[in-house]
Amino acid sequence: MRRTLTILGVASVALVALDVILGLWVTPPDADQGELVRLVYLHPALAWVALYLAFGMAALCAVLYLWPRTRSMRFDRLSASAVEVGVVFIGLTLITGSIWGRPTWGVWWTWDARLTSTALLGVLFLGYLALRRVPADPEVRARRCAIAAIFAAVDVPIVHFSVVWWQTLHQGATVLNPNLTPTIHGLMAWTLLLSFIAFTTLFAWMVLMRFQIEELRESGEDVELTRALEARRAEGVAS
Amino acid sequence: MWRDAVLIAGRDLRIEARSRVALWQVLPFAVLTLLLFAFALGPRPGLLAQSAPGLFWLAVLFSSVLAAQRSMAIEGSGATRDSVRLLGLDPAGVFLGKVLALLAEMVALEAVLLGGVVLLFHVTVTSWGVLIGACLLAAVGLCTANVLYGSLAGEARMRATLLPVLVLPVVAPVLIAGSKAFSASVAPGSGSGARWLGILVVFAVVYSAMGVALYGPLEES
Repeated sequence: MRRTLTILGVASVALVALDVILGLWVTPPDADQGELVRLVYLHPALAWVALYLAFGMAALCAVLYLWPRTRSMRFDRLSASAVEVGVVFIGLTLITGSIWGRPTWGVWWTWDARLTSTALLGVLFLGYLALRRVPADPEVRARRCAIAAIFAAVDVPIVHFSVVWWQTLHQGATVLNPNLTPTIHGLMAWTLLLSFIAFTTLFAWMVLMRFQIEELRESGEDVELTRALEARRAEGVAS
Repeated sequence: MWRDAVLIAGRDLRIEARSRVALWQVLPFAVLTLLLFAFALGPRPGLLAQSAPGLFWLAVLFSSVLAAQRSMAIEGSGATRDSVRLLGLDPAGVFLGKVLALLAEMVALEAVLLGGVVLLFHVTVTSWGVLIGACLLAAVGLCTANVLYGSLAGEARMRATLLPVLVLPVVAPVLIAGSKAFSASVAPGSGSGARWLGILVVFAVVYSAMGVALYGPLEES
Protein backbone atom coordinates (compact mmCIF):
# COMPACT_ATOMS: atom_id res chain seq x y z
CA MET A 1 0.00 0.00 0.00
CA ARG A 2 2.76 2.43 0.98
CA ARG A 3 4.65 1.71 -2.26
CA THR A 4 1.49 2.24 -4.35
CA LEU A 5 0.84 5.52 -2.56
CA THR A 6 4.40 6.72 -3.17
CA ILE A 7 4.25 5.85 -6.88
CA LEU A 8 0.82 7.49 -7.28
CA GLY A 9 1.93 10.57 -5.36
CA VAL A 10 5.08 11.11 -7.44
CA ALA A 11 3.22 10.36 -10.69
CA SER A 12 0.36 12.74 -9.92
CA VAL A 13 2.68 15.62 -8.95
CA ALA A 14 4.79 15.07 -12.11
CA LEU A 15 1.72 14.83 -14.38
CA VAL A 16 0.04 17.92 -12.90
CA ALA A 17 3.34 19.85 -13.25
CA LEU A 18 3.62 18.77 -16.90
CA ASP A 19 0.00 19.79 -17.50
CA VAL A 20 0.70 23.22 -16.00
CA ILE A 21 3.83 23.69 -18.17
CA LEU A 22 2.06 22.61 -21.37
CA GLY A 23 -1.11 24.52 -20.53
CA LEU A 24 0.57 27.80 -19.56
CA TRP A 25 3.62 28.02 -21.83
CA VAL A 26 3.64 25.48 -24.66
CA THR A 27 0.09 25.47 -26.05
CA PRO A 28 -0.95 28.47 -28.17
CA PRO A 29 -3.69 30.94 -27.21
CA ASP A 30 -7.12 30.31 -28.73
CA ALA A 31 -8.25 32.28 -31.80
CA ASP A 32 -11.47 33.40 -30.06
CA GLN A 33 -10.80 33.17 -26.33
CA GLY A 34 -7.13 34.15 -26.29
CA GLU A 35 -5.27 33.29 -23.07
CA LEU A 36 -8.51 32.40 -21.32
CA VAL A 37 -8.53 29.03 -23.06
CA ARG A 38 -5.80 27.84 -20.69
CA LEU A 39 -8.49 27.18 -18.08
CA VAL A 40 -9.65 24.34 -20.34
CA TYR A 41 -6.62 22.34 -19.15
CA LEU A 42 -7.95 22.55 -15.63
CA HIS A 43 -11.71 23.03 -15.41
CA PRO A 44 -13.06 20.02 -17.41
CA ALA A 45 -10.60 17.62 -15.75
CA LEU A 46 -11.64 18.85 -12.28
CA ALA A 47 -15.31 18.40 -13.21
CA TRP A 48 -14.57 14.91 -14.59
CA VAL A 49 -12.95 13.85 -11.33
CA ALA A 50 -15.66 15.33 -9.10
CA LEU A 51 -18.76 14.26 -11.00
CA TYR A 52 -17.90 10.96 -12.58
CA LEU A 53 -14.97 9.52 -10.64
CA ALA A 54 -15.57 10.72 -7.09
CA PHE A 55 -19.35 10.74 -6.88
CA GLY A 56 -19.68 7.75 -9.23
CA MET A 57 -17.28 5.80 -7.04
CA ALA A 58 -19.09 6.94 -3.89
CA ALA A 59 -22.42 5.71 -5.28
CA LEU A 60 -20.94 2.42 -6.48
CA CYS A 61 -19.29 1.74 -3.11
CA ALA A 62 -22.57 2.66 -1.39
CA VAL A 63 -24.44 0.08 -3.50
CA LEU A 64 -21.75 -2.51 -2.77
CA TYR A 65 -22.08 -1.77 0.95
CA LEU A 66 -25.85 -2.09 0.92
CA TRP A 67 -25.78 -5.31 -1.12
CA PRO A 68 -25.66 -8.08 1.56
CA ARG A 69 -23.23 -10.28 -0.40
CA THR A 70 -20.62 -7.56 -0.81
CA ARG A 71 -21.19 -5.72 2.48
CA SER A 72 -17.90 -4.57 3.97
CA MET A 73 -16.88 -1.54 6.00
CA ARG A 74 -14.07 -1.01 3.49
CA PHE A 75 -16.68 0.08 0.93
CA ASP A 76 -18.09 2.55 3.45
CA ARG A 77 -14.63 4.05 4.05
CA LEU A 78 -13.91 4.14 0.33
CA SER A 79 -17.23 5.87 -0.36
CA ALA A 80 -16.55 8.47 2.34
CA SER A 81 -13.01 9.06 1.05
CA ALA A 82 -14.27 9.55 -2.51
CA VAL A 83 -16.93 12.03 -1.35
CA GLU A 84 -14.42 14.09 0.65
CA VAL A 85 -12.09 14.38 -2.33
CA GLY A 86 -15.05 14.93 -4.67
CA VAL A 87 -16.33 17.88 -2.63
CA VAL A 88 -12.89 19.54 -2.87
CA PHE A 89 -12.82 18.96 -6.63
CA ILE A 90 -16.37 20.21 -7.20
CA GLY A 91 -15.48 23.37 -5.27
CA LEU A 92 -12.45 23.86 -7.52
CA THR A 93 -14.65 23.19 -10.58
CA LEU A 94 -17.03 25.97 -9.55
CA ILE A 95 -14.19 28.38 -8.76
CA THR A 96 -12.36 27.80 -12.07
CA GLY A 97 -15.67 28.01 -13.95
CA SER A 98 -16.42 31.30 -12.23
CA ILE A 99 -12.98 32.69 -13.16
CA TRP A 100 -13.70 31.77 -16.79
CA GLY A 101 -17.26 33.13 -16.63
CA ARG A 102 -16.34 36.64 -15.47
CA PRO A 103 -14.49 37.75 -18.65
CA THR A 104 -16.60 35.57 -20.98
CA TRP A 105 -20.15 36.09 -19.73
CA GLY A 106 -19.49 39.29 -17.77
CA VAL A 107 -20.54 37.78 -14.42
CA TRP A 108 -18.92 35.61 -11.77
CA TRP A 109 -22.08 33.53 -11.47
CA THR A 110 -25.25 33.01 -13.49
CA TRP A 111 -28.31 30.89 -12.76
CA ASP A 112 -27.57 28.52 -15.60
CA ALA A 113 -28.88 24.92 -15.38
CA ARG A 114 -25.38 23.39 -15.47
CA LEU A 115 -24.00 25.73 -12.83
CA THR A 116 -27.01 25.49 -10.56
CA SER A 117 -27.24 21.69 -10.69
CA THR A 118 -23.48 21.42 -10.05
CA ALA A 119 -23.70 23.71 -7.02
CA LEU A 120 -26.67 21.69 -5.78
CA LEU A 121 -24.66 18.49 -6.17
CA GLY A 122 -21.88 19.99 -4.06
CA VAL A 123 -24.37 20.94 -1.34
CA LEU A 124 -25.94 17.45 -1.41
CA PHE A 125 -22.57 15.84 -0.80
CA LEU A 126 -21.74 18.41 1.89
CA GLY A 127 -24.90 17.09 3.57
CA TYR A 128 -23.44 13.59 3.23
CA LEU A 129 -20.28 14.71 5.01
CA ALA A 130 -22.37 16.34 7.74
CA LEU A 131 -24.35 13.11 8.14
CA ARG A 132 -21.10 11.21 8.46
CA ARG A 133 -20.15 13.24 11.49
CA VAL A 134 -23.30 12.30 13.40
CA PRO A 135 -22.21 10.01 16.25
CA ALA A 136 -23.73 6.56 15.69
CA ASP A 137 -22.88 2.89 15.64
CA PRO A 138 -20.46 2.41 12.68
CA GLU A 139 -22.81 0.04 10.83
CA VAL A 140 -25.85 2.29 11.30
CA ARG A 141 -23.82 5.28 10.12
CA ALA A 142 -22.52 3.33 7.13
CA ARG A 143 -26.06 2.31 6.11
CA ARG A 144 -27.41 5.86 6.43
CA CYS A 145 -24.48 7.33 4.54
CA ALA A 146 -24.76 4.74 1.77
CA ILE A 147 -28.41 5.65 1.22
CA ALA A 148 -27.58 9.39 1.33
CA ALA A 149 -24.77 8.90 -1.22
CA ILE A 150 -27.11 7.12 -3.65
CA PHE A 151 -29.77 9.84 -3.25
CA ALA A 152 -27.20 12.58 -3.89
CA ALA A 153 -25.65 10.79 -6.88
CA VAL A 154 -29.03 10.99 -8.67
CA ASP A 155 -28.07 14.59 -9.44
CA VAL A 156 -24.98 13.49 -11.43
CA PRO A 157 -26.89 12.54 -14.64
CA ILE A 158 -28.97 15.73 -14.24
CA VAL A 159 -25.75 17.78 -14.22
CA HIS A 160 -24.39 15.85 -17.23
CA PHE A 161 -27.52 16.20 -19.37
CA SER A 162 -28.43 19.72 -18.17
CA VAL A 163 -26.79 21.27 -21.24
CA VAL A 164 -28.92 19.00 -23.47
CA TRP A 165 -32.24 19.25 -21.61
CA TRP A 166 -32.24 23.02 -21.05
CA GLN A 167 -31.14 26.15 -22.91
CA THR A 168 -27.94 27.01 -21.08
CA LEU A 169 -25.14 29.55 -21.29
CA HIS A 170 -22.69 26.78 -20.48
CA GLN A 171 -21.40 25.16 -23.64
CA GLY A 172 -22.36 21.60 -24.53
CA ALA A 173 -20.05 18.64 -23.97
CA THR A 174 -16.87 18.98 -26.05
CA VAL A 175 -15.24 15.63 -25.39
CA LEU A 176 -18.09 13.49 -24.05
CA ASN A 177 -20.64 14.80 -26.54
CA PRO A 178 -23.53 12.51 -27.64
CA ASN A 179 -21.71 11.53 -30.87
CA LEU A 180 -18.33 11.10 -29.12
CA THR A 181 -16.69 13.39 -31.67
CA PRO A 182 -14.37 15.73 -29.76
CA THR A 183 -14.15 19.17 -31.40
CA ILE A 184 -10.64 20.01 -30.25
CA HIS A 185 -7.41 18.91 -31.86
CA GLY A 186 -3.62 19.22 -32.04
CA LEU A 187 -1.44 20.02 -29.04
CA MET A 188 -4.45 21.48 -27.25
CA ALA A 189 -6.25 18.13 -27.44
CA TRP A 190 -3.20 16.25 -26.11
CA THR A 191 -2.77 18.70 -23.24
CA LEU A 192 -6.45 18.38 -22.44
CA LEU A 193 -6.09 14.58 -22.41
CA LEU A 194 -3.04 14.89 -20.17
CA SER A 195 -5.01 17.04 -17.72
CA PHE A 196 -7.62 14.26 -17.43
CA ILE A 197 -4.89 11.65 -16.77
CA ALA A 198 -3.06 13.92 -14.31
CA PHE A 199 -6.12 14.74 -12.22
CA THR A 200 -7.37 11.14 -12.34
CA THR A 201 -4.01 10.03 -10.90
CA LEU A 202 -4.17 12.79 -8.31
CA PHE A 203 -7.68 11.69 -7.37
CA ALA A 204 -6.58 8.05 -6.97
CA TRP A 205 -3.70 9.13 -4.74
CA MET A 206 -5.86 11.39 -2.57
CA VAL A 207 -8.61 8.79 -2.18
CA LEU A 208 -6.17 6.02 -1.24
CA MET A 209 -4.41 8.33 1.19
CA ARG A 210 -7.73 9.34 2.79
CA PHE A 211 -8.82 5.70 2.90
CA GLN A 212 -5.63 4.72 4.69
CA ILE A 213 -6.02 7.54 7.21
CA GLU A 214 -9.58 6.38 7.93
CA GLU A 215 -8.45 2.78 8.43
CA LEU A 216 -5.63 3.86 10.74
CA ARG A 217 -8.00 6.11 12.69
CA GLU A 218 -10.49 3.30 13.23
CA SER A 219 -7.85 0.76 14.17
CA GLY A 220 -6.38 3.40 16.51
CA GLU A 221 -9.76 3.75 18.21
CA ASP A 222 -9.85 -0.04 18.76
CA VAL A 223 -6.34 0.01 20.25
CA GLU A 224 -7.28 2.90 22.56
CA LEU A 225 -10.44 1.08 23.68
CA THR A 226 -8.54 -2.14 24.41
CA ARG A 227 -5.91 -0.18 26.34
CA ALA A 228 -8.58 1.60 28.41
CA LEU A 229 -10.36 -1.68 29.17
CA GLU A 230 -7.12 -3.31 30.26
CA ALA A 231 -6.32 -0.32 32.50
CA ARG A 232 -9.76 -0.57 34.18
CA ARG A 233 -9.32 -4.33 34.66
CA ALA A 234 -5.91 -3.79 36.20
CA GLU A 235 -7.42 -1.23 38.59
CA GLY A 236 -10.07 -3.80 39.56
CA VAL A 237 -7.45 -6.50 40.26
CA ALA A 238 -5.28 -4.06 42.25
CA SER A 239 -8.18 -3.00 44.48
CA MET B 1 -49.52 -1.77 5.73
CA TRP B 2 -52.41 0.72 5.44
CA ARG B 3 -53.89 -0.39 8.78
CA ASP B 4 -50.55 0.37 10.46
CA ALA B 5 -50.37 3.67 8.57
CA VAL B 6 -53.76 4.76 9.88
CA LEU B 7 -52.74 3.69 13.40
CA ILE B 8 -49.52 5.72 13.33
CA ALA B 9 -51.19 8.73 11.68
CA GLY B 10 -53.89 8.66 14.39
CA ARG B 11 -51.24 8.47 17.12
CA ASP B 12 -49.23 11.39 15.70
CA LEU B 13 -52.31 13.55 15.22
CA ARG B 14 -53.55 12.76 18.74
CA ILE B 15 -50.18 13.79 20.18
CA GLU B 16 -50.35 16.95 18.07
CA ALA B 17 -53.89 17.70 19.23
CA ARG B 18 -52.72 17.43 22.84
CA SER B 19 -49.37 19.20 22.59
CA ARG B 20 -50.40 21.74 19.88
CA VAL B 21 -46.79 22.31 18.83
CA ALA B 22 -47.78 22.81 15.19
CA LEU B 23 -50.44 25.31 16.15
CA TRP B 24 -48.38 27.39 18.58
CA GLN B 25 -44.90 27.04 17.08
CA VAL B 26 -44.86 25.96 13.42
CA LEU B 27 -47.83 28.03 12.25
CA PRO B 28 -46.67 31.29 13.90
CA PHE B 29 -43.21 30.67 12.39
CA ALA B 30 -44.76 30.31 8.91
CA VAL B 31 -46.79 33.52 9.24
CA LEU B 32 -43.77 35.34 10.68
CA THR B 33 -41.72 34.27 7.66
CA LEU B 34 -44.28 35.91 5.34
CA LEU B 35 -44.17 39.11 7.36
CA LEU B 36 -40.37 39.17 7.37
CA PHE B 37 -40.30 38.70 3.58
CA ALA B 38 -42.58 41.72 3.26
CA PHE B 39 -40.35 43.76 5.62
CA ALA B 40 -37.29 42.80 3.56
CA LEU B 41 -38.87 43.73 0.21
CA GLY B 42 -40.64 46.87 1.39
CA PRO B 43 -44.30 47.82 1.20
CA ARG B 44 -44.56 48.02 -2.63
CA PRO B 45 -47.63 45.88 -3.50
CA GLY B 46 -46.47 45.25 -7.09
CA LEU B 47 -43.14 43.81 -6.00
CA LEU B 48 -44.73 41.69 -3.27
CA ALA B 49 -47.34 40.28 -5.68
CA GLN B 50 -44.63 39.52 -8.23
CA SER B 51 -42.46 37.76 -5.64
CA ALA B 52 -45.38 35.99 -3.95
CA PRO B 53 -44.99 32.57 -5.68
CA GLY B 54 -41.38 32.15 -4.55
CA LEU B 55 -41.95 33.62 -1.09
CA PHE B 56 -44.98 31.42 -0.50
CA TRP B 57 -43.04 28.25 -1.31
CA LEU B 58 -40.02 29.32 0.71
CA ALA B 59 -42.28 29.82 3.72
CA VAL B 60 -43.83 26.38 3.08
CA LEU B 61 -40.41 24.74 2.74
CA PHE B 62 -38.96 26.22 5.93
CA SER B 63 -42.12 25.42 7.88
CA SER B 64 -42.18 21.85 6.54
CA VAL B 65 -38.71 21.23 7.96
CA LEU B 66 -39.85 22.53 11.34
CA ALA B 67 -42.97 20.33 11.25
CA ALA B 68 -40.89 17.31 10.23
CA GLN B 69 -38.47 17.90 13.13
CA ARG B 70 -41.43 17.72 15.45
CA SER B 71 -42.81 14.60 13.76
CA MET B 72 -39.48 12.77 14.01
CA ALA B 73 -39.02 13.94 17.61
CA ILE B 74 -42.15 11.95 18.48
CA GLU B 75 -40.51 8.85 17.02
CA GLY B 76 -37.27 9.43 18.88
CA SER B 77 -38.75 10.21 22.29
CA GLY B 78 -38.43 7.64 25.07
CA ALA B 79 -38.57 4.12 23.76
CA THR B 80 -41.08 4.87 20.98
CA ARG B 81 -38.92 3.38 18.24
CA ASP B 82 -38.42 0.16 20.22
CA SER B 83 -42.12 -0.03 21.08
CA VAL B 84 -43.11 0.36 17.43
CA ARG B 85 -40.67 -2.39 16.49
CA LEU B 86 -41.88 -4.71 19.26
CA LEU B 87 -45.48 -4.22 18.14
CA GLY B 88 -44.48 -5.73 14.81
CA LEU B 89 -45.72 -2.78 12.77
CA ASP B 90 -44.81 -2.74 9.10
CA PRO B 91 -42.03 -0.08 8.62
CA ALA B 92 -43.66 0.97 5.32
CA GLY B 93 -46.91 1.49 7.23
CA VAL B 94 -45.11 3.54 9.90
CA PHE B 95 -43.57 5.69 7.15
CA LEU B 96 -46.91 6.24 5.43
CA GLY B 97 -48.60 6.95 8.76
CA LYS B 98 -46.07 9.63 9.62
CA VAL B 99 -46.44 11.10 6.13
CA LEU B 100 -50.25 11.16 6.45
CA ALA B 101 -50.14 12.95 9.81
CA LEU B 102 -47.58 15.44 8.56
CA LEU B 103 -49.62 15.90 5.37
CA ALA B 104 -52.69 16.91 7.38
CA GLU B 105 -50.59 19.54 9.19
CA MET B 106 -48.95 20.76 5.98
CA VAL B 107 -52.25 21.17 4.12
CA ALA B 108 -53.59 23.27 7.00
CA LEU B 109 -50.37 25.28 7.02
CA GLU B 110 -50.50 25.86 3.26
CA ALA B 111 -54.13 27.03 3.53
CA VAL B 112 -53.17 29.64 6.14
CA LEU B 113 -50.11 30.76 4.16
CA LEU B 114 -52.14 30.98 0.96
CA GLY B 115 -54.68 33.17 2.72
CA GLY B 116 -51.81 35.30 4.03
CA VAL B 117 -50.27 35.70 0.58
CA VAL B 118 -53.62 36.64 -1.01
CA LEU B 119 -54.44 39.17 1.71
CA LEU B 120 -51.03 40.63 2.54
CA PHE B 121 -49.29 40.47 -0.85
CA HIS B 122 -52.41 41.41 -2.90
CA VAL B 123 -52.25 38.35 -5.14
CA THR B 124 -55.19 37.65 -7.45
CA VAL B 125 -55.50 33.97 -8.22
CA THR B 126 -57.19 33.18 -11.54
CA SER B 127 -56.74 29.42 -11.67
CA TRP B 128 -57.48 27.93 -8.25
CA GLY B 129 -57.42 24.37 -9.63
CA VAL B 130 -53.73 24.60 -10.60
CA LEU B 131 -52.80 26.28 -7.32
CA ILE B 132 -54.65 23.81 -5.08
CA GLY B 133 -53.30 20.89 -7.12
CA ALA B 134 -49.76 22.23 -6.75
CA CYS B 135 -50.23 22.72 -3.00
CA LEU B 136 -51.50 19.17 -2.46
CA LEU B 137 -48.88 17.51 -4.65
CA ALA B 138 -46.06 19.56 -3.19
CA ALA B 139 -47.26 18.74 0.31
CA VAL B 140 -47.04 15.01 -0.47
CA GLY B 141 -43.53 15.42 -1.90
CA LEU B 142 -42.34 17.57 1.01
CA CYS B 143 -43.78 15.25 3.65
CA THR B 144 -42.30 12.09 2.12
CA ALA B 145 -38.86 13.69 1.63
CA ASN B 146 -38.88 15.20 5.13
CA VAL B 147 -39.86 11.97 6.88
CA LEU B 148 -37.31 9.99 4.88
CA TYR B 149 -34.47 12.42 5.54
CA GLY B 150 -35.63 12.90 9.14
CA SER B 151 -35.08 9.19 9.63
CA LEU B 152 -31.74 9.41 7.83
CA ALA B 153 -30.60 12.27 10.06
CA GLY B 154 -30.77 9.98 13.09
CA GLU B 155 -30.51 11.15 16.68
CA ALA B 156 -32.61 14.08 17.87
CA ARG B 157 -29.71 16.17 19.19
CA MET B 158 -28.12 16.36 15.74
CA ARG B 159 -31.31 16.38 13.65
CA ALA B 160 -32.21 20.01 14.38
CA THR B 161 -29.21 21.31 12.46
CA LEU B 162 -28.67 18.41 10.08
CA LEU B 163 -32.16 17.97 8.60
CA PRO B 164 -32.30 21.38 6.84
CA VAL B 165 -28.85 20.76 5.31
CA LEU B 166 -29.94 17.36 4.02
CA VAL B 167 -33.49 18.02 2.90
CA LEU B 168 -33.53 21.59 1.54
CA PRO B 169 -31.28 20.89 -1.49
CA VAL B 170 -33.34 17.77 -2.24
CA VAL B 171 -36.66 19.62 -2.28
CA ALA B 172 -35.35 22.31 -4.65
CA PRO B 173 -37.43 20.80 -7.53
CA VAL B 174 -40.58 21.29 -5.40
CA LEU B 175 -39.64 24.94 -4.86
CA ILE B 176 -39.08 25.50 -8.59
CA ALA B 177 -42.12 23.56 -9.85
CA GLY B 178 -44.36 24.95 -7.09
CA SER B 179 -43.33 28.54 -7.82
CA LYS B 180 -43.89 28.06 -11.57
CA ALA B 181 -47.31 26.49 -10.98
CA PHE B 182 -48.21 29.37 -8.62
CA SER B 183 -47.11 31.88 -11.29
CA ALA B 184 -49.23 30.04 -13.87
CA SER B 185 -52.23 30.18 -11.55
CA VAL B 186 -52.02 33.96 -11.12
CA ALA B 187 -51.29 34.71 -14.78
CA PRO B 188 -52.88 32.03 -16.96
CA GLY B 189 -51.66 33.69 -20.13
CA SER B 190 -48.01 33.01 -19.22
CA GLY B 191 -48.27 29.27 -19.76
CA SER B 192 -49.95 26.14 -18.48
CA GLY B 193 -49.20 24.84 -15.01
CA ALA B 194 -49.75 21.21 -16.09
CA ARG B 195 -46.05 20.67 -16.84
CA TRP B 196 -45.07 21.84 -13.37
CA LEU B 197 -47.79 19.76 -11.75
CA GLY B 198 -46.30 16.79 -13.61
CA ILE B 199 -42.89 17.43 -11.97
CA LEU B 200 -44.57 17.59 -8.55
CA VAL B 201 -46.33 14.27 -9.26
CA VAL B 202 -43.03 12.61 -10.23
CA PHE B 203 -41.31 13.97 -7.10
CA ALA B 204 -44.12 12.79 -4.83
CA VAL B 205 -44.24 9.31 -6.40
CA VAL B 206 -40.44 8.83 -6.34
CA TYR B 207 -40.06 9.87 -2.70
CA SER B 208 -43.12 7.89 -1.59
CA ALA B 209 -41.69 4.76 -3.24
CA MET B 210 -38.22 5.34 -1.78
CA GLY B 211 -39.69 5.96 1.67
CA VAL B 212 -41.77 2.77 1.58
CA ALA B 213 -38.71 0.78 0.49
CA LEU B 214 -36.05 2.37 2.72
CA TYR B 215 -37.74 3.46 5.96
CA GLY B 216 -37.39 -0.04 7.43
CA PRO B 217 -33.63 -0.38 6.87
CA LEU B 218 -33.08 3.19 8.09
CA GLU B 219 -34.92 2.60 11.36
CA GLU B 220 -32.97 -0.60 12.12
CA SER B 221 -30.55 0.84 14.62
